[in-house]
Amino acid sequence: MKMPGARIVLECLKRQGVDLIFGLPGGAVLPIYDALYDFQGLRHILVRQEAAAGHAAEGYARTSGRVGVCLVTSGPAATNLVTALQDAMMDSIPIVAFTGQVPTHLIGNDAFQEADNVGITRSCTKHNFLVKDGNDLGPIIREAFHIASTGRPGPVHVDLPKDILVKEWDLVWPDQIHMRSYNPNYEGHPGQIKRAAKLLARAKKPVLYVGGGVISADASAELRELAELAQLPVTQTLMGLGSFPMEHPLSLDMLGMHGSYYANMAVHHSDVLVAVGARFDDRVTGRVDAFAPNAEIVHIDIDPSSISKNIQVGVPIVGDCRRVLVKLVEALREELRDEPPPAVGEARRQWATQLAEWKRDFPFRYEWSDDVVKPQYVVQEISNATGGEAFIVTGVGQHQMWAAQYYKFKHPRMWCTSGGLGTMGYGLPTAMGVQAANPGKLVINIDGDGSFAMNSQELATCFTEGLPVKTVIINNSGHGMVRQWQRIIYKERYCAIDLPGIPDWVRLAEAYGCVGLRVTKPSEVVPAIEKMISTPAPVVLDVCVDKDECVFPMVPAGGANTDMILVAPTREVRDKAAKSQTGF
Amino acid sequence: MPNGNDPRKHTIAVLVENKFGVLSRVAGLFSARGYNIESMSVGETLDPSVSRMTLVVRGDEFVIEQVTKQLHKLIDVIKVTDLTDESHVERELVLIRVNAEPSNRAEVLRTADIFRARVVDVTAVSFVLEATGDEGKLEALIELLRPMIQELVRTGKVVIARGPKARVRRVEPPRKPRVADDPKVVGFAD
Repeated sequence: MKMPGARIVLECLKRQGVDLIFGLPGGAVLPIYDALYDFQGLRHILVRQEAAAGHAAEGYARTSGRVGVCLVTSGPAATNLVTALQDAMMDSIPIVAFTGQVPTHLIGNDAFQEADNVGITRSCTKHNFLVKDGNDLGPIIREAFHIASTGRPGPVHVDLPKDILVKEWDLVWPDQIHMRSYNPNYEGHPGQIKRAAKLLARAKKPVLYVGGGVISADASAELRELAELAQLPVTQTLMGLGSFPMEHPLSLDMLGMHGSYYANMAVHHSDVLVAVGARFDDRVTGRVDAFAPNAEIVHIDIDPSSISKNIQVGVPIVGDCRRVLVKLVEALREELRDEPPPAVGEARRQWATQLAEWKRDFPFRYEWSDDVVKPQYVVQEISNATGGEAFIVTGVGQHQMWAAQYYKFKHPRMWCTSGGLGTMGYGLPTAMGVQAANPGKLVINIDGDGSFAMNSQELATCFTEGLPVKTVIINNSGHGMVRQWQRIIYKERYCAIDLPGIPDWVRLAEAYGCVGLRVTKPSEVVPAIEKMISTPAPVVLDVCVDKDECVFPMVPAGGANTDMILVAPTREVRDKAAKSQTGF
Repeated sequence: MPNGNDPRKHTIAVLVENKFGVLSRVAGLFSARGYNIESMSVGETLDPSVSRMTLVVRGDEFVIEQVTKQLHKLIDVIKVTDLTDESHVERELVLIRVNAEPSNRAEVLRTADIFRARVVDVTAVSFVLEATGDEGKLEALIELLRPMIQELVRTGKVVIARGPKARVRRVEPPRKPRVADDPKVVGFAD
């Protein structure tokens, strides 16, 4: 039976198991919206700006484990979407983005709302397609979802010219996907796994360094098994938060630029470092030649190009994190059957003692104030109020780091943050997607006043679509992270960072039909959080915090992780920073 | 990342799906990651759904390892082979327009003869020479003719592994690529 291309797109989505799409209509995709008018079984959430559709799809994908889908029109809509695509690319989030395109005979004619969509998205997607023949619609959509969700996940873009959507075609739906050029490797090499197990069994100062790959591969249980089997301390990257419970005695919390002192010291002094689904980002390694200088590094990752990209790796294992961890646990159990030499046992006891001392002496900390709200305190109280059981989303900046440092993560897939790209404005639209994927669950967007302003229009979506996202604005009346750098590294020459008190977030929230709350004193924080959580509507809680507060510890850009500064630096340190090219 | 060894030229054969946009995916990867392509030639293989690209890239072993991995990560790339240290035959075709005044016509022809270059176009004052060979031979020819050269066009290298069983599946049939004959061969002028 022939049907219009637009209808085929929707039928294919349905066959793919999609029940929710985020989108914004326009000329080139009008045929799809026409087909959507009486199409059953597909919920459409109308966003207010196209990037929000992409971010919402990311939030949906990250927390549900399924592929997120968004649909926007041609030209400006596609270019707006680019930020979300690159964001998903860097954080390996599986989404499929559909854009409209001018009719095939007009492509290249500089038609109205035309852009070279596939040319623009080529470098910010895992793969992209321009559909030139309606008979390819089914196979391309099938492949798009396959590519997005397998191997190292990522965004896939499908560009749909309008005439393809209007003309009638047969629905072609391949039973199987066979791509000779795309066959990700899932099983790790047994020999390498054995080598890794041998190293771990004899390690005196082992550390597991785990990233977002553990979450993408749903490998948290296996990770915990491995850690507990050999009592291996675990540090998580920003993207990996939630893959290992923070209150577990083996947890070293987050590592990297704003990670814990104990995590960075542990990694620096380790003799065997096992990276699982992490990619040695510069925010994690600091200066690469000073990163884990004495460690034999094992790297488990599904993407071969991540291995030995930034740091030379001794034992590379290409494969799915979960499957490799299962095999690694088996192999390690085998190795541990023989009692390790007494020297190893003694060294491991010393290592555990050393880690405990670091943890005791250098915890995340801040100065309490009775007068002004400390941002860290807000995050702590959110953590206490939710018991680590809420979905947490953030924007980008200081508040993001405080959320990562002070929230006690318990479960995987409950944390969404823009780790790789650092997209300000990510918070609210992503939280919307999370809420849509998890109806009835508590979703809290911890945001900054600068970051929130970039996509605050989505409060309208939250209101109209019944998505009761709770936003907590850590409001320091400025671009706090930039301010921090200007304070520490640029000699307090503050430039272009003030966002003095406008808009009034409470009134803005109310203007969008949401509930607005404001807190200015520490004593008001807990009651306000409780009120926010118990309100069934979308809420914006504006918390006016100490604007001088900085995120510590901090590894200055270009510094080694051992150069970590724990409190605001002295003038000497700042002068030294000013003299060097990189800052420190 | 410490450098493993000194940068040198690598010849990499890439089998790709013969689809539109593949060339720009490969070229885009190189520009996005800051690698340099010294030459690139593309042509259909025996299987018309597969094209083969021959890339010449300069880099140390870590750069080349990344280039290979990143190429392989492209969805349309079927196979990547670094032929540099394999036993292989490499050929490039060059077309050279040289001055051919009465005073130097004979010298040009002699030089061409030594390099088994053919004259494919003649006027009263110029020749177009066609020469094939590996890089060393063509460089030597160009060096000798340099004072007389008006214009130069090179195809970029094509490479095939030696031996009966091709190490890379479905390579081009063993014939010399001709720029004039085959519009799919993309050449880069120097």
